[in-house]
Amino acid sequence: MKTSDNDLARAAADGDAAAFASLLERQYDRLFRLAFRLTGTQADAEDLTQDICAALPSKLRSYRADAAVSTWLYRLCVNAAHDRRRKQATHARAASKWGEWEVDRRAGNAERAEEVDWLIAAMRNLPDDLRDTLALILDDITHRDAADILGVSEGTVSWRISEAKKHLKRIRAGGDLI
Amino acid sequence: MTDDLNDLKNAMESATPAPDGARKAANLALAQKNFAALQGSADQTRPTSSRPTRGLWTGVRQMLNTFTGRAALTASTAIVAVGFVILTPLGNDLVPNTVAKRPVQSPQETFTAEADMALEEAEITLLPAPAPAAPDVLQPKRSAAQSSTALGSVAMNDSMAIAPQTEPAPSRELDTESFANEPSNPIRIVSEDPVSTFSIDVDTASYAVVRNSLMNGLMPPKDAVRVEEMVNYFTYDYTAPDGDAAFRPSVSVSQTPWNQNTQLVHIGLQGAVPSIAERPPLNLVFLIDTSGSMDQPNKLPLLKQSFRLMLAQLRPEDEVAIVTYAGSAGQVLDPTPAAERSKIMAALDNLDAGGSTAGQEGLQQAYATAAAMTEEGDVTRVLLATDGDFNVGLSDPDALTDFIAEKRDSGTYLSVLGFGRGNLDDATMQALAQNGNGQAAYIDTLSEAQKVLVDQLTGALFPIANDVKIQVEFNPTQIAEYRLIGYETRALRREDFNNDKIDAGDIGSGHQVTALYEVTPVGSPAQLTDPLRYGSTDSAEPISDELGFLRLRYKAPGASESQLIETPISTDLSPNTGGDFAAAIAGFGQLLRDAPYLGNWGYEDAIALANETKGEDPFGYRSAAVQLMRLASSLSEQP
Repeated sequence: MKTSDNDLARAAADGDAAAFASLLERQYDRLFRLAFRLTGTQADAEDLTQDICAALPSKLRSYRADAAVSTWLYRLCVNAAHDRRRKQATHARAASKWGEWEVDRRAGNAERAEEVDWLIAAMRNLPDDLRDTLALILDDITHRDAADILGVSEGTVSWRISEAKKHLKRIRAGGDLI
Repeated sequence: MTDDLNDLKNAMESATPAPDGARKAANLALAQKNFAALQGSADQTRPTSSRPTRGLWTGVRQMLNTFTGRAALTASTAIVAVGFVILTPLGNDLVPNTVAKRPVQSPQETFTAEADMALEEAEITLLPAPAPAAPDVLQPKRSAAQSSTALGSVAMNDSMAIAPQTEPAPSRELDTESFANEPSNPIRIVSEDPVSTFSIDVDTASYAVVRNSLMNGLMPPKDAVRVEEMVNYFTYDYTAPDGDAAFRPSVSVSQTPWNQNTQLVHIGLQGAVPSIAERPPLNLVFLIDTSGSMDQPNKLPLLKQSFRLMLAQLRPEDEVAIVTYAGSAGQVLDPTPAAERSKIMAALDNLDAGGSTAGQEGLQQAYATAAAMTEEGDVTRVLLATDGDFNVGLSDPDALTDFIAEKRDSGTYLSVLGFGRGNLDDATMQALAQNGNGQAAYIDTLSEAQKVLVDQLTGALFPIANDVKIQVEFNPTQIAEYRLIGYETRALRREDFNNDKIDAGDIGSGHQVTALYEVTPVGSPAQLTDPLRYGSTDSAEPISDELGFLRLRYKAPGASESQLIETPISTDLSPNTGGDFAAAIAGFGQLLRDAPYLGNWGYEDAIALANETKGEDPFGYRSAAVQLMRLASSLSEQP
């Protein structure tokens, strides 16, 4: 029998270091996965996860028991990604990261699936808000939770997903990705 | 979920690499460390002062944030090393093995296998109660498999990311402050370069940043010190302008405190103080950053308190609107007369940090609101409050400043208030405020908010002269060398002085601007350069015994043509006491920047001079400056 994440979070918020450790241990890989999808490179994802880890202890104080820990953490992650992106002065740098990746890919990774190539390049071309929303939905978050995490309405999430799909379709139709 | 999305999801699953083991251990350790540190300091919610006793948290963060923190480097090396021993053997073994076992595999198979596994796992983790301990074992396997299928480039990253074992990067993301500054102005030789041109600067942000650093027990970053902003933080005893004049220059010459063979030329501008009762109605649009990073006691809560202070100073016919920029972007408060204070307060109180950011959208909306509020004769200003970390959305920063400059020409001004430290993007703040004809101020405590928003409300909000430029021509028969102290970021080209198209700083009502030159008279032993052997001496007829000639250009608000004020700098000017305090502050600023030219003059001398000249000091600002000098003095003695 294991303690629920919410209980762990509550205990951690009250200063229980062991609870904090095991909560983070449980959630780390999920956080990293989302971080990767939000940033687009492993290095950035590691850094973003580091940001979150560093700030988590103080953020935990604002954790309210009424939200699921996973949802709350995802929101933290999305916000941290935004903060990072803003720090990177312009969108250009983030985009160029995806660009480097694309170059790497072209350098030849024969075994990598074509679909993956396409997706990575396509994600690069999405506007930030669409990419964030899509990253959450692709991570099995429901539209309602995604709306909660992003601080927008559920309708907006659905709209963004359909926009993102349109974008992707257009990119696919356009053929050339760069 | 539709089929489309399922395909995407599967593809995404296989593209996602595994977290790096060493980084993970380090990150977890960092979190633990911060967690432990935080337990010591329960009181985080009242940011009335940035006193150094704020608790362990500040200390630890500062320590981690600072590159110079040797202790932090050592500490995090230890953390990373320990983490490495515990975790990497597993990761290391797994990665190559799996790669070897699964050399070629049809992508389709991989997708489904990965996706299913990930799905199960996701469900497991989502269920709160019976999450088994198994993921600990499962996850590395999956991760390794994924990284092997995913991409070679990531595998490369893996091996590079393990490098922290030998060269750890201590928590580098926490501190992304950037400051706008240039190297200290060099000595200029009058016979070669007799004319010095610069734009005035009424910002005071640099002083507040310096204070915040010193109060937290750290020397400020050198680039954070802009000497002119420190000098301009204080008010001096200048003569008020007569009649309708917008401002009045006063010039004095005194002995340089740090060099007995040079002199300080002290140029002061005093803006006119129109009677408060006659001021035009004011339209204010608060553009407030409510992104996640503002969720700290010294950011959004302090901002609310600050604005509350200012509300009390507004008059019933003034109007206030609030626009936020974040995920919940939009107008929080429609234009509301200041008389309805409770409504405005309620809107302020409801602001919550969180969500994504769209700075440019917010700015556009703020300007649109401002335009709608403006009536003939009103003064309209957008007050941008942010932690400095300004998101420019999808377009580049240049486009943003262009946009602001365009709006400036349409009569809406922009001021920038910075809150919090850690990711203060001072350079962007400066750029925005300079382009928006506004003031950039940094607010770290309630008393600073009081100074910026209340005491100087009229100055900050009502411009009386735009594009104020100063040009000084030195007389080569009297002065051999000169050096402008500060204003490095405000230098203008000589030809820009007469070009009304070139933007420069603005003066608000009651503002003061002070500029100091250190000049070396001809024949002084302090001269650093030798005269030219073959230099032209034919024009050396002493035309006058003036030290130089001061020219000022400014535009009346809204005017497109500038007016010129000229006054000679003569030798018989008497120094005023206020000027000497300015010299003490200028010396202090230069000490903080490690600027050359000060010789053996140190903090003790600055303290003595400041104490001697601080005069009446009704608000205690000058005594507080002496306090900072003492702090800097003791900090600078530490190794």
